[in-house]
This record gives sequence, structure tokens and C-alpha cells, in this order.
Amino acid sequence: MNGLGIIKGMIETARNFAGSYHDPQRLTTVQYPEQKLPPVENARTIPFLVFDGDEAMAGLRCTACVICEKECPPQCIYIVKDQVKKPDYVGKMQMQPKVFDIDISVCMSCGICVEVCPFDAIKMDQVFELSTGDRFGKLLLDKHQLAKPNDYFVKIHKTEAGEIDVRREEDKLKAEAAAAAKAAAPKPPATPGAAK
Amino acid sequence: MSAGAISSELAEPAAEHQLLEVSLGPQHPSTHGVFRMDVSLDGEVVVKLKPVFGYLHRNHEKIAEKCSYLGSIPYTDRLDYICSLTNNWAYAMTVEKLAGLVAPERAEYIRVMLSELTRLINHSALAGFLLQDMGALGTPLMYAFREREKILDLFESLTGARMMCNYMRFGGCRCDLPPGWIEQTRSLVANFPSFLDEFEALLTGNEILLARTEGVGVLSKELAVNAGVTGPMLRATGVNYDIRKVDAYGVYGRFSFRVPLGERGDVFDRYMIRILEMRESLKILEQALRDIPAGPIIDPKAKLRNLRPKPGEAYGRIEGPKGELGFYLISDGGPNPYRYRIRPPSLINLTILEDMCLGQTIADAVVILGSVDIVLGEVDR
Amino acid sequence: METLEQIKARIEAAAPGARVEIVPNGSPANQPSLLLDAGHARAVAQFLRDDPALAFDYASNATGVDWPGKTIKEKIKVKKMVEGVEKEVEEVCEKKTPAYLEAVYHLYSMARKHGPLILRLRTANRADQVSLPSLTPVWRSCEFQEREIFDLYGIHFEGHPDLRRILMWPEFKDYPMRKDYVEPDDYEYEPTPHDAVLTRAREHYPGGTPA
Repeated sequence: MNGLGIIKGMIETARNFAGSYHDPQRLTTVQYPEQKLPPVENARTIPFLVFDGDEAMAGLRCTACVICEKECPPQCIYIVKDQVKKPDYVGKMQMQPKVFDIDISVCMSCGICVEVCPFDAIKMDQVFELSTGDRFGKLLLDKHQLAKPNDYFVKIHKTEAGEIDVRREEDKLKAEAAAAAKAAAPKPPATPGAAK
Repeated sequence: MSAGAISSELAEPAAEHQLLEVSLGPQHPSTHGVFRMDVSLDGEVVVKLKPVFGYLHRNHEKIAEKCSYLGSIPYTDRLDYICSLTNNWAYAMTVEKLAGLVAPERAEYIRVMLSELTRLINHSALAGFLLQDMGALGTPLMYAFREREKILDLFESLTGARMMCNYMRFGGCRCDLPPGWIEQTRSLVANFPSFLDEFEALLTGNEILLARTEGVGVLSKELAVNAGVTGPMLRATGVNYDIRKVDAYGVYGRFSFRVPLGERGDVFDRYMIRILEMRESLKILEQALRDIPAGPIIDPKAKLRNLRPKPGEAYGRIEGPKGELGFYLISDGGPNPYRYRIRPPSLINLTILEDMCLGQTIADAVVILGSVDIVLGEVDR
Repeated sequence: METLEQIKARIEAAAPGARVEIVPNGSPANQPSLLLDAGHARAVAQFLRDDPALAFDYASNATGVDWPGKTIKEKIKVKKMVEGVEKEVEEVCEKKTPAYLEAVYHLYSMARKHGPLILRLRTANRADQVSLPSLTPVWRSCEFQEREIFDLYGIHFEGHPDLRRILMWPEFKDYPMRKDYVEPDDYEYEPTPHDAVLTRAREHYPGGTPA
């Protein structure tokens, strides 16, 4: 019979229409912004800088090695190194960035800066409600706006942050043990001819 | 009455007829992107058709000469922006050929699974868009996109992004599968055939679809081979050439799947081949999910930064969802490629657009363009 | 597929006068290519397509490459008269590598499922002798790709049915993919806060940006 195909199609549409009243499979709309989808652990939108402790600038893990600036494909990271050094979590003196800007209108969320960072200092954030009214000023984030605490990092990337924290604890313990061993070692004998 | 009944004698209009020149301009909902067709019409019949593109030309090939090999990977996502993982794989494969890296088995299985999932999302998007162009006003499109969302959620939990995945690396993959991913994929593969059955019940017997697609845009085998057409469009004409079977790249040699072939080379054959290819992709996915081994996911010799392959060149190609996607790289020993060329399947498939549309009505020209399956990111690069 | 040496011998037998050379490939990909001379390229292409054993009926990729000439400084030992005594002295002599544009074709066979065979055609120089024969009458897939090579590199293909710009607009003047292409400095008329772009824009619009 001519038209049977169309009638079969209409039956499918009717099944979906009726199903949308009781079957969650058929009603797939999430009423944003009243309802929000749960965040996915691996999602990446823009980068952020991690700091340990309470002080943002003192605890910043970044050492201004500029590897992320070199590897960023659209070149959206701008780093200026600071001459003042600060100690990192094992006590070694490291450089720090004076200026660390990311232009998030250029950033394409590829995550290459995160992959190449040797200090676990820059990680991918999950915020996507970033629109502003000012295209040129507000979309260039500086290091104060980018710095977020390690607790936030643990909240959004639980597994990855967990591994990193475990590793950093081990490194810290090892460094403390090495420092203690060095302090407890017997002092070397004074060389003959020294000031006497 | 199908449009194929109009003979090609109308290609030469009589002297008193004036040709109407229409530009199906770059901003048009049915042109699949910023694509323009300059058509000359005699009444409603197409007499001449010249495709014009370049509106999305970003000169990716020159940007790649300034970026390192690693930095070009996110740019390859944006070529055929619907199927980003297959673009990544084609580029990673070519660099692996150039640098002599070998991906471990687990990485190859993951690549095959993601590539077949990409084929599923591309073909369901295409089926939706083709029906949308024919006037189905969005119902098949939304059904197809409902399934597509589930696969995009899988991509997000694995790679971090739904569309611009940036996941393949030279010598393997970027990160390992999170716990629970295999079970989620298995349940999706188990439920997908019921969606395909629903889709086919909705559309395949539909008389309007048959009337609008059978006999429209017929392409002959010889012209298709000579014009370099690849992918489902070539197989719709009856030529058995699927690079997954011919080159057997990756671990495709281990999977048993069939290659659907068409008979007449018209729009209906191209649409049906894509539905059948989706079913074959599900078979490959089941086998891959069953057999995936444990192990490392990246070649230990692969370097992330500062990769400098020896001077030479390589051409690598894969069977992307749209056709043969190839990359041609020339290295001069430095950290950036000397020449980086993408062989875009959508651009080459457009070569015979004019031949297929001559003698058809303008409404059929839109349907034929929809069945060629172009994405402007790839045509223009 | 036969080896490149066998194919080269068959080509030279079938198209007399054709000069064919094998260009090696340094990378692990193991894909050496055949360099053809421009005069016999179309005849060779016809032979490759129609020969029943080779049957290269599918031209997969046609691309252009720019090789600007480089000056290489080499140290060679010459015998020279220095203060009346013949000595061997090291001299620095400069050699220029030839500058040319190249068109590379990748051929596969759908009938016999083998490939790739890579052909190269080189122009005489980059300035005025930039024409090559078009292989579109042999393989229709080269039509858009040769137009793209013309658009981005400037190689003029003789015998192409419709040679005009494909990606850039028709009034565009330069050839963007050449290595010595200088990009115009006025296209980013809405400067974003990048130092280099801001300086360039400020130089180009001395009275302030128009945006």
C-alpha cells in the first residue's frame, strides 16, 4: 500500500512522543541553568595555576621555566621571569614568574601546556561560564586570577591530584631525610694551615 | 516522478530561454558550512554548477610549518571538526612512519575503538543532516544527535573534550582508559542496534525519501575512480576499495567485518551504505572490546617535546568516515615540518559535484551535496 | 607492485625520450619517488594508468613543495702558491643548491590494490619558468588539487581545463605557501592584547585603530 512507510515512521514518532512523558531514555533535555550536568573528571576548558598552602603567590608551584609558553600552539601564554627566587616544597630555591598571563580568547583548551609542565604547576580547569562583556580586558587572565589552591585541584581532578600529592609527600620526606642526614654527619676535620 | 527522468538534452537550452544564475551563497543552512555554488538554471534544471569555497581557509599547512610536530595535533582536530579523532590518527600515523615509532598493542586497540566510534557519530550526523536538507524539519536529526550525545559523553570522559579531542600522540595515546569506560562503551554498543532499527523504521521505507533519493545524482564507477572519489561515495558506485582492508593499518587485519557496496551510485545507495557501515562498525567495536589487551599505551622511544625526525618524507592515509584522509610530511631534520600537506577527502569528492548535478533540479542539487558529506573545515583547511 | 627500478625500465621503454630518476627517501617510511621531466610527464602518466600490470588508476594526492635555494659553505683543499711555495690551503667555497618548485603526485591502484607510486615534477626556477604539464586529462582527481597548487605556489599547469584560484579570492596577488611569503600586517584590525600584534597594528594605523 502506498504510504505504509510514512505510517510506520509516524508510529515511531508517536512512540517517542508518548515515551517522553515517562521514559528517561526519551526525554533527554537538561533544563540548564536550573539543572546542570554533573562535571566530568577529565574535562578541560582553560588552564589554571596551582598553589599549595594559603598564600597564592608564595605557594605557587610555577618556576617560570617557560616550557608551556614555548609549546603552546596558539602562543597564548605570556611569561616574564622574576629575579627574586623563592623556595619550593622541598626547600630548593626556584625562580618565579613576575607576569604570567593567559589570553583565554586565544586558548584552544588543548592541554599541551599541562602535559609538558615538569612541576605539576599548571592544570586544566573545568569552568565554562566565562563570558564577559569586555573582549580585550577581561579575557586576559593574569597570575592572580589564574592561581587556585590545591584543594580546588583535588576537588575537580580527584585521581590525578591524589597521585601528585602522594608523590610530592614522598619527595618532601626524602628531602627532609637527606637534610637531616647531612646535618647529623660529623663535621670534616679542619685543614692544616687554616686560620689559627 | 523522479528527477532522473529529465534527459540531458536540456543541458543545451534553446535560444529563447534565458539562464538564471543563482548563487547558493556561503550563508545557507543546507550547504554544510560556508560553501557556495554558482548554479546556472534553465527553469529549475541545473545547466552549470561551479563550487566556490575558501571561506574557511585558515592556511593550516603554513601554521604547521611554524609549530612543532606536537603543536599541530590540536590543529588537526579542527580540520574535519565532526570526526576529530580520525584526523589525529592519520597525522600520528604519518609522523610515526616518518620517525620510525611503533605504537603498542593496547594503544592500537584504543585507536581502532575510537575511530569506529567516530565513524558512528559521523554517519549518524550525516543521516540527520541529509534528512534535514530534504525537509524533514529536524526529527531524524534530533534522534541521531540523541545517540551522538552518548558517544560524545564517552569521548569527554576519556579525552577531556567532546569534539576537539586531541588524544592521539606519536607512538600511542595520550592517557589510559579511565575505570568504567569499557563497561560504558559495551553497554552503548549493546543498545546502539536498537537505535539503528528505530531509525530505519522511521526512514528507510519512507516513500518520500525513496522518491527524492532513488535515481538522483547517479555516479558511474569509472568516473568515480578517475576523479579520486573515496569513502562511502565510492563504495556506493560498486567499487570495493576500503583502506581498512587494503592497507590493513593499525590492527584492522585482526577484525572481521564486511564492506557494504552499492549498486547504482545514487543518493539512496550512499545513505544506505552509511547505515550499513554503522552496523559493521558495531561489529568491530564488539570484537575490539572483547580483545583489548593490557599494557603500555605509548612507545617508550617516543619523545613528547622536541621530536626531530630524520630528513625524509612520508605519506600516511586512513579510511576516515568521509573517505581517504592522507597526510604528506617532509622533514628536514628540524623540530618543525618542512612541508605539511593534508589530502582532504571532502575536497576531492567535490570534483564531480557538477557532473552529478547536471540535468537535475535545483532541489536535487541540495540533496546531492548533502550526500557527498563535506565538512568545510576539511575542504578549506 | 614491481620495484621502482623495474617500473623505471618499463617507463623508459614505453615513452622513449623520457628521463626518469629515482629519488631516495631518508626516513624509515621507505617511500622513494620517481622524478620525471616535464616534457614527457603526460605520456608517462598515460602509460602508468593504462598499463594492465601497473593500472595506477587513482591519483590520491597532488601537492606542491617550495624549495628555495640555499647557499652551502664548503671547505675544500686547493693547491695554491703561497709566498712562492706550493701548499695545500683550505678555502671556503660557496655552493648554491638549485631553487625550484615541485609538484608531487601519489598514485595508487584500485584495480590491483597496490601503491603508492610517487611522481615528482620540478620547474626550472621559482621566478619565471614556473609551468608544468597538467595531469588532469589523465586523472580527473588532480583538477582541484592542481588549482590549489597554482593558487598557493604559483605553478602554472598547461592543459588544465579551468586554472584559476580556488582557496584565495580571484584578485589576490601573492602565493601564500611559498617560503618567502610576507604576510600583510593590516589584517588583524581588531588587535587583541598580544604585544607583537599591537605594535604592528600601531605602526600600520598611526592615528589609532579604526575598530
